[in-house]
Amino acid sequence: MNRVWSVLRWREFPVAFALVALIIVTYSVNPAFLAAQGVKDLMLNATILVILAAGQTLVLVTENVDLSVGSVLGLTAYSVGVLFAVFPGIPIIAVFIIAILLGGVLGAINGLLVSVAKVPALVITLGTLYIYRGINNAWAGGKQYFAGDRPEAFGDLSVQTILGIPLITLIALVILAIVAIYLAGTRSGRDLYAIGSDSDAAKLYGVPVTKRIFSVFVANGLLAGLAGVLYASRFNSVGATTGDGIELQVVAAAVVGGVAISGGVGTVVGAALGGLLLTTITSSLTAMRVDKFWQQAVVGVLILSAVVIDRVSSLRTTRRLRVSEARNV
Amino acid sequence: MSEVLSQEVAAGRSGAARVMTSRGAIMWYLVLAVLVLLSLVVPGFASPRTAGFLLLDVIPILMIALPMTLVIITAEIDLSVASTAGLTSAVMGVLWAGGMNIYLVLLICLIVGLLAGAFNGIMITAVGLPSLAVTIGTLALFRGLALVVIGDNAVANFPRELTTWATSKIGATGIPVFMVIVLVLIAIFAVVLHLTPFGRGLFAMGFSKEAAEFVGIDVGRSKFYLFVATGLVSSMAGIFWTLRYSSARSDNASGLELAVIAAVLLGGVSIFGGRGSVPGAVAGVLMIGIINYALRLQRISDVVLIIVTGTLLIASVVGPSIFEWMRKVRHDRRVHRDLTNPAKSSTSPAS
Repeated sequence: MNRVWSVLRWREFPVAFALVALIIVTYSVNPAFLAAQGVKDLMLNATILVILAAGQTLVLVTENVDLSVGSVLGLTAYSVGVLFAVFPGIPIIAVFIIAILLGGVLGAINGLLVSVAKVPALVITLGTLYIYRGINNAWAGGKQYFAGDRPEAFGDLSVQTILGIPLITLIALVILAIVAIYLAGTRSGRDLYAIGSDSDAAKLYGVPVTKRIFSVFVANGLLAGLAGVLYASRFNSVGATTGDGIELQVVAAAVVGGVAISGGVGTVVGAALGGLLLTTITSSLTAMRVDKFWQQAVVGVLILSAVVIDRVSSLRTTRRLRVSEARNV
Repeated sequence: MSEVLSQEVAAGRSGAARVMTSRGAIMWYLVLAVLVLLSLVVPGFASPRTAGFLLLDVIPILMIALPMTLVIITAEIDLSVASTAGLTSAVMGVLWAGGMNIYLVLLICLIVGLLAGAFNGIMITAVGLPSLAVTIGTLALFRGLALVVIGDNAVANFPRELTTWATSKIGATGIPVFMVIVLVLIAIFAVVLHLTPFGRGLFAMGFSKEAAEFVGIDVGRSKFYLFVATGLVSSMAGIFWTLRYSSARSDNASGLELAVIAAVLLGGVSIFGGRGSVPGAVAGVLMIGIINYALRLQRISDVVLIIVTGTLLIASVVGPSIFEWMRKVRHDRRVHRDLTNPAKSSTSPAS
């Protein structure tokens, strides 16, 4: 009985439950939803959002936020298009490295501004959201690069599968595992929770707060860079508006997955489940022949429910702590 | 802050002098300087056409910036404003296409805005959720409802007299008639914030919610009213947007929330709450509008211009931090000197 309760109290339980329920309902209405191609599409659609949500979790846990990820993804995806066009023979691995490093540099600019200026990340990354997008617009103009401009092997990354799992999804899973283990199991990963719970206390305790926050933004930039490369592999065209507006979806995915916007709580696995849930909703609404226009409203309801659930559970924890502290006295 | 205040008191600055050297006033000097500079440098800038186009472009941002200023001063935020405007636009289109009387349609649109704001307000004050999280949710929800209401249709055939009225100008000045409504709104919000006990309460709760509650301010109710006002003004902006472009679509005004917040912060409203002014926010909106308009005259495309908005936003928040840091360094150095050289400091008056 106790074990059942502990699963129910598991922070990721609501999102996992919603995801399973959604898949079961959709499958019973339309069995074609879980055909091999359907499952593959589900994974492909979720891949990019899941990577971005994992990176955003690192930032959110420290009580910061990075709104510039959509613009970083746009810039890196477009740079992939440019690289293949300008250097036709360039090895794919080199493109990966250059684009990921570009993302890292953009993230480092965010990190520097946030940690030096001591201004909320919301403001700084709102500014860089504009600046990076503007640079992307100036660079690309009306130009777009299409899948035909890129080598076939690069596009194959999102076509070929191993054990039914697309290659780019495998890459995402590996990254996800690394970030999850880092955040849950390493000392500097645990520091991030300490910073998010109470940054002054963390500083007193000896956590290098400024350094950690800076590196979190760099890490998120690197991951957004990777997402940009995978985007260029998955989608036909990259141009000036690539990734526009995805930042709110990313934050939504993390929040739905139980990452608190007020910092200090949440896991990478939860955020990944949140991302998977958001993208699965789109597909299942189509599979159930529900008007596609309902999709965004459903996402809104999901975010609000996640926030309410979080509030209820934190109130309950506070009460439990108060009772146990009272007994200890 | 208290240090700054005590310095000002010590220097014997009167109320007028403090107003003239406030952040809001400085923003206005900058706006005027930029206007003068551009009139001299850019050919064709100083003309009624400029006033017309510039103001028509900034009106939606200017309107929403007013309640947003008050919301941010209480250390909250509302990201759902553009979605509320979009939802209003969609409702307006569908009801008008359904043959309803246009004035009844407008009334219902305003009620939609009120309800949207009240929903945010209840979630934030009664349920006690963080406004950032709630309004990210309603940003998606309201835009989603707009899609449910109107889908990917567009309604365009609004009454001619209303659409021409929305873009008409006052005589030969080039100033849009609609600016009269905006000016009334500016006056209302400025008076409420700066001249009423309610407004002073907003600053107080921005500094410290607990302290504000302690001195008897009903924090929950005040914030609820603010979010309702934000919803209402957002729906007015949605109506204006629809009439100006004579098109009701689900994606109207999308992304506007970020432009509004950028302008408000540029106008000196602190994201931490407790500091800011309505005139400052208005100057922030105008600053971004003017610079963008002038650069557009130079045939720099709109999409590249967002670099300017972003840079101004970052500069406006990083600038004061650097200034503060330099002052601290200077102060530390002086303290250090006084401590290592006590004979000298004992002759100087105690501070």
